[in-house]
Amino acid sequence: MAEFDVPAGHAILAPMSLKVAPGDHICLLGPSGIGKTTLLNRLAGLERGQPRPTLRIGYLFQEHRLLPWRTLRDNLRLVGVGRDQVKPLLARVGLEQAADRYPDQLSLGMARRAALARCLAMRPDLLLLDEPFASLDPHRADELKGLIRMLLKQFPAMAMICVTHEARDAEALANRIWYLAGRPAHLRYDARLDAEAHAGLARRLDALGRQASGQANGEPLSIDSIDS
Amino acid sequence: MRRSALACWVVLPLLVGLWGVLAWQLDTSLLPSPAAVLNTLQREAASGELQRHLAVTLQRVALSFLLAMAFGSLIGIAMGRLAWLDALLDPLLVLLLNLPALVLIILLYVWFGLVEAAAILAVVINKVPNVAVTLREGARSLDPRLEQMARVYGFSSPMRLWHVWLPQLFPYLMAATRGGLALIWKIVLVVELLGRSDGVGFQLHLAFQVFDVAGLLAYSLAFIAIVQLIELGLLQPLERRATRWRRTGVEHAGAEHG
Repeated sequence: MAEFDVPAGHAILAPMSLKVAPGDHICLLGPSGIGKTTLLNRLAGLERGQPRPTLRIGYLFQEHRLLPWRTLRDNLRLVGVGRDQVKPLLARVGLEQAADRYPDQLSLGMARRAALARCLAMRPDLLLLDEPFASLDPHRADELKGLIRMLLKQFPAMAMICVTHEARDAEALANRIWYLAGRPAHLRYDARLDAEAHAGLARRLDALGRQASGQANGEPLSIDSIDS
Repeated sequence: MRRSALACWVVLPLLVGLWGVLAWQLDTSLLPSPAAVLNTLQREAASGELQRHLAVTLQRVALSFLLAMAFGSLIGIAMGRLAWLDALLDPLLVLLLNLPALVLIILLYVWFGLVEAAAILAVVINKVPNVAVTLREGARSLDPRLEQMARVYGFSSPMRLWHVWLPQLFPYLMAATRGGLALIWKIVLVVELLGRSDGVGFQLHLAFQVFDVAGLLAYSLAFIAIVQLIELGLLQPLERRATRWRRTGVEHAGAEHG
């Protein structure tokens, strides 16, 4: 579907070429501050001098980044949602009652769901999620996870890249794992998950993290080598 | 709320009372009583002179205010967003900020003659640097996270200006407007005093020549009242409307979890 390149000389990321296919549900893991958000911004075409990306992208930032001086309705209308499409769209994320509220009147979880509705309004080819479950209590996090799973099922052609720290999130959402590590940050691991691989994922990712932190930059890691 | 509504009616009446007592005690034409000033005000209003001069001054204030706000905002926002322009124009800004209004007025009258355009230009040039400095601060503080959002969601330039920038710049525009109105009408009076033959400033000039303190006070109080009306009838309602979203945020934030 799309190929992304990070050129040589990037301040934070090592040169890399990434291919994303429709239906890819990628969880992007790696140590904090390694450049995961930078990579998402790069993919979204937000870095200085990047052209507008050719595919439609929905980006759920870490903060909701709704315009605080506009109601949810106006926030959605601004990205091109039709007058009578506002309610159905909000209903998808369980916010049909909140159309006339301002973002600051919502709880963190509600605001994030509203921002997710705005992502969906773009009918994205690629959905970028930057730590969507951070700062939510476990119950709200599970709720949002369930919602995202449902949306991924409803739009099977949509690809997703989700930054997270939790192996549990990857277990729930991913069919492909990226692991970013080193300085500059290399993509140290990129593999599809089959049903079997899902099982012990948490333990493997943990091992992956330990291995990455104990190793210099360079050769790619592999889960198989950890297992053997 | 009620208490603070009443509180603003304390100091000014006290001041008028003090003025009345003082005028009565001193009994001099150099400090006329409030009643005498009111008389003068009524006489001038009856003859139509007051309205004519107030209107002329108000027109000059409005014109130079609009021009100064427009140019000042444009320059200030551009300087806040473009580092090279900021570096280029900053020395000029500092120079103009420190140039006494009087010097500028005299220079423009000398160069262009005692004409309306020179008067307006003098006021505008005096005010533009203040507006630019305030709006530059505003443009520098624009939230880069919302810029990214606007980019991802394909906001056009007019949309970005109206929905993303303007609400963030609003407090700075208000500050520039308030400060601007107060500063501009004072400069307009000086401009009128030095080189025009109508307007409140011209009337003050006449009053000064014959030590007509009652006339002096009548004209200046009338204009202060007009500025106060603009504040109450125009600026404060505008501000309330534009900051409604802030108050709803405070009232409801955290009240609900879902």
